[in-house]
Amino acid sequence: MAYLLITDVAPAATQKQVPTGSQPRLWGLPAGWWFVAPALAIIFLFFLAPIFASLLLSFTDFDIYALADWRNLRFVGLDNYHQLFNTPRFWTALKNTLYFVLLGGPLSVATSLGAALLLEAKATRFKALWRTVFFAPVVTTLVAVAVVWRYLYHTQYGLINHLLAALHIGPIDWMGSPRWAMPAIILLAVWKNFGYNMVIFMAGLQSIPRELYEAAEVDGASPTRRFWHVTMPMLGPTFLFVGVTTMIGLFQLFAEPYVMTQGGPLDSTYSLVMLMYEQGFRWWRLGFASSVAFVLFALTLAATSIQLRLQRRSAA
Amino acid sequence: MKRLLKTVLLNAMVAIIGLAVLAPLLWMAAAAFMPRGTAQTTPPPLVPHHPTLDNFRELFTRLRLGRYFANSVVISLAITSIGVLLNSMAGYAFAKLRFGGRAALMKGLLAGLIVPLQVGMLPLFLLLKQFHLINTYWAVIIPSMASIYGIFMVRQYALSIPDNLLDAARIDGAGEWRVFFSIVLPVIRPVLATLAIFTFLSAWNDFMWPLIVLTGNDRYTLPVAMAILSTEHVQDAELMMAGSLVTVLPVLVLFAALQRQIIGGIMMGGLKE
Repeated sequence: MAYLLITDVAPAATQKQVPTGSQPRLWGLPAGWWFVAPALAIIFLFFLAPIFASLLLSFTDFDIYALADWRNLRFVGLDNYHQLFNTPRFWTALKNTLYFVLLGGPLSVATSLGAALLLEAKATRFKALWRTVFFAPVVTTLVAVAVVWRYLYHTQYGLINHLLAALHIGPIDWMGSPRWAMPAIILLAVWKNFGYNMVIFMAGLQSIPRELYEAAEVDGASPTRRFWHVTMPMLGPTFLFVGVTTMIGLFQLFAEPYVMTQGGPLDSTYSLVMLMYEQGFRWWRLGFASSVAFVLFALTLAATSIQLRLQRRSAA
Repeated sequence: MKRLLKTVLLNAMVAIIGLAVLAPLLWMAAAAFMPRGTAQTTPPPLVPHHPTLDNFRELFTRLRLGRYFANSVVISLAITSIGVLLNSMAGYAFAKLRFGGRAALMKGLLAGLIVPLQVGMLPLFLLLKQFHLINTYWAVIIPSMASIYGIFMVRQYALSIPDNLLDAARIDGAGEWRVFFSIVLPVIRPVLATLAIFTFLSAWNDFMWPLIVLTGNDRYTLPVAMAILSTEHVQDAELMMAGSLVTVLPVLVLFAALQRQIIGGIMMGGLKE
């Protein structure tokens, strides 16, 4: 679910329309309640309530003994957070996750925009075919393609080093060196995801009125100027949406390192979600792992609000 | 002349990128048919010179991939069918039925969108453990039976249903369920198709949650099985490529057949402004 997002959150304009509708009743209550009840019950019980429970859990020492008997559970206040901030591996995971998000995010958004511009260019032939091709990695199973890319990155037999050798580069020990493992995972993530945002950018590009370009052309603006002064400002809301959703997705880095590097080499691809998974589901330190989950949540929230603020400033 | 050159360059660039994007998938498909131990040689072979089905035979016999495939199918279909029903009921109500607290509920749901799924995973595990659902299909199915995205997607589409269409049916004496099943559902069929595909794709590709709750070998889905097999069979490139092919082929075929609904579904929101 991480990367599947519906684009409707962005346009504030659609939120304004107040839908009319009737107010029928069913079995003594508004019929609407019966219709939303099953879905809302599922979402409340299995998504929203666990979020609050997770916050509570992070203030306890829930571990394998509590798992066996809840009476072993104790309230420990902020101890888990205190312990977490004193765990070197947490800082490593945080650094790696931020590296992945801060390099992978812009790279992925730029690739998406570039691909969208190429496919929207007037002179491009077979647009539908290439759109399908560029989008194909999005629907593939992350675990399966991570397995494939691990072989592509093979130092001796991998296609990537083979290609680089033709350019007299390498060989690079992609999966075995702490320096290259994360860039390798970022490259895979960009390949896997850029098609999704590309489609959103294409929709954004198509909604820019032609007259704006024509007016700019009449005024003698070069293609580069038209891009910076017409295309980019008009894509503002799209950028915000794409930026926020991409970042939320990237913070959840887990499957790629799990399959390709197991967090190594030397913890260079060890992520926050891996830390949470290992502490919670391998060592059954659920209280401690919950504090990792909340740090992840806080980071996501902070990153989202920074993006919102940046966007607002550039719009003003 | 300059224009022609630009056109050629542009198209060449698009084609090169397209090939680069396809290359990993093409190589996976080629290596899946290579005899054991032949994919990892120098120079790396691009096509199987002696194609064989041995990899698939081993996967489906000794490595029991058929079992994992069946698990994936059952879980994904269950999530899709239940999810489409519950999300479309709720999405329709949020669009067309007035009831107390509607606006506030919708706002609350949308705020939930920014919470990473992982945040609630630890208590959710404990909750399902209380119900003795760990290592059952239900542990994967139940939390995915409704989704905020799904509800919102249906709502946006259902806003366009004319009120008098529904009122006319009510005047004719149709009850609320009847209105929903025989008038609303047929009208919103396009968005149901898109929702069904999206739900199926994300259920099929899901990894972390099934990895956590499916603890026994017999219940693994394909991604979980592939993650575990790939660490045990690091040297068997051809075998792993065959396994990856089996995993991604169903979703790629689905995409090829229904790409208009998929890409259209994503574009729909962006165009609505």
